[in-house]
Amino acid sequence: MLNQENKELLTVENLDVHYGDLQALYNVSLQISPGSIVSIIGSNGAGKSTLLGTITGINKPTRGKITFKSQDIGSVPTHTIVAKGITMSPEGSRVFEKMSVEENLFMGAYLPNARRKRQELLKRVYGLFPVLKEKSGQLATYLSGGQRQMLAIGRALMVDPEVILCDEVSMGLAPVIVKDIYHKIREINREGMTFVLVEQDVKRSLKYSDYSYVMVKGKIVMEGPSSELPEDEVKDAFFGIHKYA
Amino acid sequence: MEVLLQLILNGILLGGLYAMIGLGMSLIFGIMGIINLAHGDLMIVSTYMSMVVAMRFSGNVFIALLITVVVMIIIGFLCQTFLINKVIDKGPEPPLLITFGLSIILQNVLLLIFGADAKNIPTRVSSENIVTTPWFSISEIYLINFVISIVVILLLSFVMKKTYFGRAIRATSGDIVASELVGVNTKRIYAYTMALAMATASIAGLLIGMTFTYSPSTGTQYLIFAFGVVVIGGMGNLVGTLLGGIILGLSQMVGSYFFGTAYQLFCGYIVLLVILTFRPQGLFAGARK
Repeated sequence: MLNQENKELLTVENLDVHYGDLQALYNVSLQISPGSIVSIIGSNGAGKSTLLGTITGINKPTRGKITFKSQDIGSVPTHTIVAKGITMSPEGSRVFEKMSVEENLFMGAYLPNARRKRQELLKRVYGLFPVLKEKSGQLATYLSGGQRQMLAIGRALMVDPEVILCDEVSMGLAPVIVKDIYHKIREINREGMTFVLVEQDVKRSLKYSDYSYVMVKGKIVMEGPSSELPEDEVKDAFFGIHKYA
Repeated sequence: MEVLLQLILNGILLGGLYAMIGLGMSLIFGIMGIINLAHGDLMIVSTYMSMVVAMRFSGNVFIALLITVVVMIIIGFLCQTFLINKVIDKGPEPPLLITFGLSIILQNVLLLIFGADAKNIPTRVSSENIVTTPWFSISEIYLINFVISIVVILLLSFVMKKTYFGRAIRATSGDIVASELVGVNTKRIYAYTMALAMATASIAGLLIGMTFTYSPSTGTQYLIFAFGVVVIGGMGNLVGTLLGGIILGLSQMVGSYFFGTAYQLFCGYIVLLVILTFRPQGLFAGARK
């Protein structure tokens, strides 16, 4: 049993989160194995972003435990969690608008360990997303939606973390760009990076991840290896068909 | 005509000092969104501190500046960490109340220690002219004020643009969550920002003490100047702050030429009101909501 627990990189156990009187998460548990891509599927308001926000310390849990590499991180401030090796590409990308693309990436390598490897990390990000190199001197505010998303993922890579949480990578983007970004995520994953992807797109989530959780109204209603989860049932759950609601 | 030229020149030079006064205020508002009502009083505290140190070291203002800057940096850091950071997540009113309270406390502490009499910092720098031409003259202290302000603003711009420290400050002012997600301790950055603002305030404090007389209640007057500079220049915009200072200085001086010296401050405020009406985001700010 103990062995099994240690194997996981990140575990969430029996998590409850409230916004004031409103409960956003109910008894949520999940395990993230090192080197995997895990997707969390759900519609608007299912609690996906709250879950990622709680893992990164932006929201504080009212109950439950979050463990990263056997350390309890449930009540640790965000910047400390980032220093331990978890970062997030937040919803809506949230790049630093008034900074150039390169400065955004430099900010990714803010912590001492990443700063020491800055040139190496920068080269890797530019290799993955050549468009960022082309636009390196431009203010981030002038980037297109897809480029902003690449910049947000690039910035997360510059942190040199062990896990990257991606909140709604595909939101508002053209399908061809989304496909491209997902291929890059898989490429980065092959080099050993662990990803947690939050998505509304059932088909794509199942296709690109190793393991999936389906959330409805703040609860996890279904989970399993992505290749074994029946897409139709996931969709039923997603749309709140009665038995899952 | 020569008089007007002289006043314009004085207005520009005085504007440098005003920019220096507004600089800290602009940093604090631009980065933390806090209106520091104690800014003028903290500055005057540093003026008194410089006076005490300068008198102790036979009028050496450099030692006074050095010691005051260090002490004010520490005060700024502690104020932010133990007072303002505790309430900064609770909306704009609690920090406003704290700085208001701080302002009252500081004024009264100064009154207790130094009394209500106007004072000045004894210094070898004189208000005599170092440049005299048939058309205009430049006083030594005004020139020193202006040059120091420019140097400080340029230095600060460099730090903001080129160092990790400056980038972290700009990132925090742009997006707190995104900054935390790259590992920036944003509360700590706030404390550093306040410390930096206090360093600029103590330089401004010393210059004021060398240029004008002051008393425990003078801080309020300079708070309004600082407001003016920040409003005209746009919040958190360093070059704007310099230009804001110059515009305020100019409008005071040129106003006094046309309406008499009694209307000097009044003319400054009129320009401030006009700008506030037509460009509430400041003359030199980008589109800021």
